[in-house]
Amino acid sequence: MSDSAVKNKILAVITLEMNRVSGGAPIFLATTEEEREKTARYLGRILDAAVHDLENGSYIIVAH
Amino acid sequence: MDGFLEIILAGTLAGTLSRVMLLRIDYRQYPGYPHGMVAHLSLGVIASAIGAVVVPALLKPDFAAVTFLALAAQQFREIRGMERITLENLDRNELVHRGNDYIEGIARTFEARNYLVMGTAVLTGAAYHLGNLLAAVIMAALAIIFSRSFMSGETIGDICRVEPARLYFQDTILKVDEIGIMTVGLKEMREKILQDGLAVKITPLNVNARATIHDLGQRMAIAHTAAVILGIKKDIDTPELTPLARKNIDTGDVGLYIVPMEKDMEALLLAVKRTPVLESARSKPLATQAGRKAARKNV
Repeated sequence: MSDSAVKNKILAVITLEMNRVSGGAPIFLATTEEEREKTARYLGRILDAAVHDLENGSYIIVAH
Repeated sequence: MDGFLEIILAGTLAGTLSRVMLLRIDYRQYPGYPHGMVAHLSLGVIASAIGAVVVPALLKPDFAAVTFLALAAQQFREIRGMERITLENLDRNELVHRGNDYIEGIARTFEARNYLVMGTAVLTGAAYHLGNLLAAVIMAALAIIFSRSFMSGETIGDICRVEPARLYFQDTILKVDEIGIMTVGLKEMREKILQDGLAVKITPLNVNARATIHDLGQRMAIAHTAAVILGIKKDIDTPELTPLARKNIDTGDVGLYIVPMEKDMEALLLAVKRTPVLESARSKPLATQAGRKAARKNV
């Protein structure tokens, strides 16, 4: 488990508020909550990764 | 010269029997059956044959012959390596990992059992030589009983209280009673978890037990055992459904969350209770003065 810190990685960000995110991971802009939910679900399934809600308008997809 | 053959036969027979008896306990932890069983039985026969030769070698007296015991020990270490490599390879494709600690424990068990088998063979051979057939039979039975009780270690149920716990979400954080497990972003996944998930709380009975379930390898072993016994809904693309055991950092209690195929709380409690306490996780802070002193303060 000690190497989990290295393995955990943000693969993508799905956000409603484009001005609150930036950086290295791909960012997907959603216009509605439903769209955000759907995009996150698809990306999570495609990337075999977990979806986490930062509760600030952004979802992140994290590989554990 | 005649007597030697009987000694060797008696020893080998007792050793092999002992290996068969010990193998029966293995099925739950290791699915190598039936080919793995053949491999281990053969090695068991070899180990008991080596052990059985010790007494005749001493009687001969051919002390040089005893040195091949060292060679045997080398062989058995290789068994441990072999087991470890096999299990590690298998573990890579497990959705719920056994974890290295568990694998190391199983590998060590396999090695140790061969020594027990060898010991059984030596003792039985000696009993046959010094006494008679009856003495050999009694000695073999004693050795086998000792081996079985010696090698069946403690389980989580012996050192912890395991109770059903409440599984709920605080915003997006999944919680087992007061213990936070992880955050789950997707609404549908949260609904799924609430609908199908189960949770138990594992409360250590003393400080030693607390130190044991603090070990990550031990917690992985608990999650793995529960997943194997109850089945698991998780697939490769739903990491949210991974069973997780997290601890309350203040009390040391551990909350286990799982989304099983069979939603049966009774079965889950039994599965968690029967998880073996890993040798590598077992620790005894109470055995030291400092540990006892620290524990008194907390009570």
